[in-house]
Amino acid sequence: MELLKKTNIDFIGMRKFSFIASGLMAIIGIIGIIAIARGTANMGIDFSGGTEMQIKFAQAATTQSIRDALAKGGIKEAELQEITGGNQVLVKMHKSTGKSADQVADALKAGIPGNTFTVESSTEIGPSIGEKLKQDTIVAVALSMLGIILYIAWRFDFKFGVGAVIATMHDVLAMIAVFYVMHREVNILFITAVLTIAGYSLTDTVVVFDRIRENMHKSLKDPMITIFNKSINETLSRTIITSVTTFLAAVSLFLFGGEVIHDFAFALVVGVVVATYSSIFVASPIVALWEKRAVEKAEAV
Amino acid sequence: MKGYTWRISLILIFIIASCVYLTPTLVDTLPTWWSGLLPKDKIHLGLDLQGGTHLVMEVETQKAVEGSLDLIATDLEDSLTAQSLRFKKIGRLGGDKVQLTLYDRGSADKVQALIKKKYPDLEALPVFDEGGFVNMQLRINEKEAQVRKDRAVAQALETIRNRIDQFGVSEPVIQREGLNNIVVQLPGIKDPKRAIELIGKTARLEFKLVDETVNAATATAGSLPEDDELLFEKRTDPQTGAVSETPLVVKKKAMITGELLTDAQIRIDSQYNQPYVAIEFNSTGARLFDQVTAANVGKRFAIVLDNNIYSAPVIRERISGGSAQISGSFTEKEAADLAIVLRAGSLPAPVKILQNVTVGPSLGRDSIHKGLMAGLIGVVLVVSFMALYYKLSGMVANLGMVLNILFLMGALSALGATLTLPGIAAIVLLVGMSVDSNVLIFERIREELRLGKTPHAALDAGYDKAFLTIMDSHVTALITAAVLFQFGTGPVKGFAVSLSLGIIINLFTSLVATKVLFDAFLDRVHVKRLSV
Repeated sequence: MELLKKTNIDFIGMRKFSFIASGLMAIIGIIGIIAIARGTANMGIDFSGGTEMQIKFAQAATTQSIRDALAKGGIKEAELQEITGGNQVLVKMHKSTGKSADQVADALKAGIPGNTFTVESSTEIGPSIGEKLKQDTIVAVALSMLGIILYIAWRFDFKFGVGAVIATMHDVLAMIAVFYVMHREVNILFITAVLTIAGYSLTDTVVVFDRIRENMHKSLKDPMITIFNKSINETLSRTIITSVTTFLAAVSLFLFGGEVIHDFAFALVVGVVVATYSSIFVASPIVALWEKRAVEKAEAV
Repeated sequence: MKGYTWRISLILIFIIASCVYLTPTLVDTLPTWWSGLLPKDKIHLGLDLQGGTHLVMEVETQKAVEGSLDLIATDLEDSLTAQSLRFKKIGRLGGDKVQLTLYDRGSADKVQALIKKKYPDLEALPVFDEGGFVNMQLRINEKEAQVRKDRAVAQALETIRNRIDQFGVSEPVIQREGLNNIVVQLPGIKDPKRAIELIGKTARLEFKLVDETVNAATATAGSLPEDDELLFEKRTDPQTGAVSETPLVVKKKAMITGELLTDAQIRIDSQYNQPYVAIEFNSTGARLFDQVTAANVGKRFAIVLDNNIYSAPVIRERISGGSAQISGSFTEKEAADLAIVLRAGSLPAPVKILQNVTVGPSLGRDSIHKGLMAGLIGVVLVVSFMALYYKLSGMVANLGMVLNILFLMGALSALGATLTLPGIAAIVLLVGMSVDSNVLIFERIREELRLGKTPHAALDAGYDKAFLTIMDSHVTALITAAVLFQFGTGPVKGFAVSLSLGIIINLFTSLVATKVLFDAFLDRVHVKRLSV
């Protein structure tokens, strides 16, 4: 079976549209990062500190009744989130409320008598852990980016290294943008997903770059843009197939993996899509334009 | 293409090794002959998969330094009194100093000589006069304080380990993290609240005399004599659960402390059917206890744990022999826990819980179930897609993928790595990505076939041309996995372990394992057309 026969699409020619789309994504992503830095985004308690509990009731309990019970127990600023299936609810409180998991359990016991519940999980994180985690995360992201630029600059060329990093940054920003716009929680698992996708996106980009390098050696006379387009088309079928298989795996995690990794799997699904897009529409066009300008300059002299 | 015997043997060895390492996980009861060097450990499951409690605690090391300065102050008081050197006051000043206030310069010189001999580690600041008195200050220097802090954390770790051992948790993890933190993992624990209380208790036991000359009911912290303090005796009514607090004024100075204990056991009072804790003193403790009780018959003696009074019985007679008991209104569990903390010793400094993650066992089971289900569905989807798209070659890739998963699980088991829920996610993701190398190769083979090459030549060229690409893509993925491993904790670390192992294993299966299948097949069967 073959999904794609030999294609000949002018990907570099579409850069006007793709650059605008990617630029918009990146801007939203940057706004998202600013919101994260200022703590106004939907931050998980890993970073902000606080208490989070997953509670399972014996019988159905409405969010309103839970909210009332908590308010009666002096807990007013709790975020409630229903979990699909099995009368479960997620209670999240930021560190400013200073309430512990025990206090929540006591309030519910008093406020909703007759409906027993079990605490499926509870997490209490002090603010100092969150701060440390934030610093570690920034260091981790910076380190991995540096490692990747160095590796690609060594294996290919500085231009390619920059192209790959811009494409990867684009994917990271796009994932943040999606999470920010959908108001999904930014927690340590999200960061894990982002770094994983960064690795995946690079893999995708490197495959295309490899082919470009090979074709550049083969046909020195062809214009840059032709070589780039040819290379993207030649690897297109592989790009799509790998994306499909990875996408299938990520989607099954998203649909069947359960509550704990639901957002994590969602981030992976989004990431696979944007990573595939960026390796075709972002990474190569940037390098192509750069190379083209360099060639034209050389000819003008 | 010869020389695939060694490749096939290598693959077979890996398969056998993986199976051997996975056997304890898959088989419920190991057969009797399964002994000696054969592995017996199941794959370690993270707390998110089996339930349990993960704690990060900070040892308040500054308090340990302050505590040791308090001890020095008390000790100096005793030695000066013993040598009949007159002083006005000795006490700790701030976080790192002890201040002595003396009456005249003459005794100051003697005291200085004494201190130099007794505490060479302490730095003596210049003596100064103030309001007709002579002040001396001793400072603990930065380096010495750090040594004490470090020792406090090490000691706290040891004490916590002792307590957990006596509490009875299988496979606990108790580790130091960073300068002041201790990480404790208690898998499968049923009553996390009780365990946390047990671990977090400082358990500083003191016997203090009650000062009956002051009316406790009206006393405030300001109105107390300088060497007294106000403490409370908490009693919980076993029927109603109501807590009552009785104030008591006691002497600040402890007559006897918990360090002098050798044993503590829970006993049941046969008369009232009430649990109590029987304690045994060492010889010093026994002698002190004998002296103190003899000198204070008729007075009340408060038993204080972490500044809470457990009970304050009246000393009826001199108690010699070195045993005593702590009774209070506690349940059997509380008495048992009290006995544990007394036996295991006190923490050198209080601990503060920074992070407390507790996962119930049913959620853990649910997570495993769902994670494995999602994994299975993912594998089936990818396998069907590959079979459909690349036909027979796709099946070879699928076989490689299955080997990948087998080797990865075997490696996780052999390395004693912990499988977490994100770890399962990483494996599922790898299933999607692991076929990538084969896709790269197959696409190359297709290109070569289009150029009109023979199956054999196309296969070799395909593997050759894809080789560098595969290396490059794997190394970049490995860079991010390594970074995740370096900074991640708990489940994230588990994810990074699975991911990086998977990437390395995938290099082997895609470049060696699948290739040898093709080679062996093409050597035996003369095909006209490659099914790709």
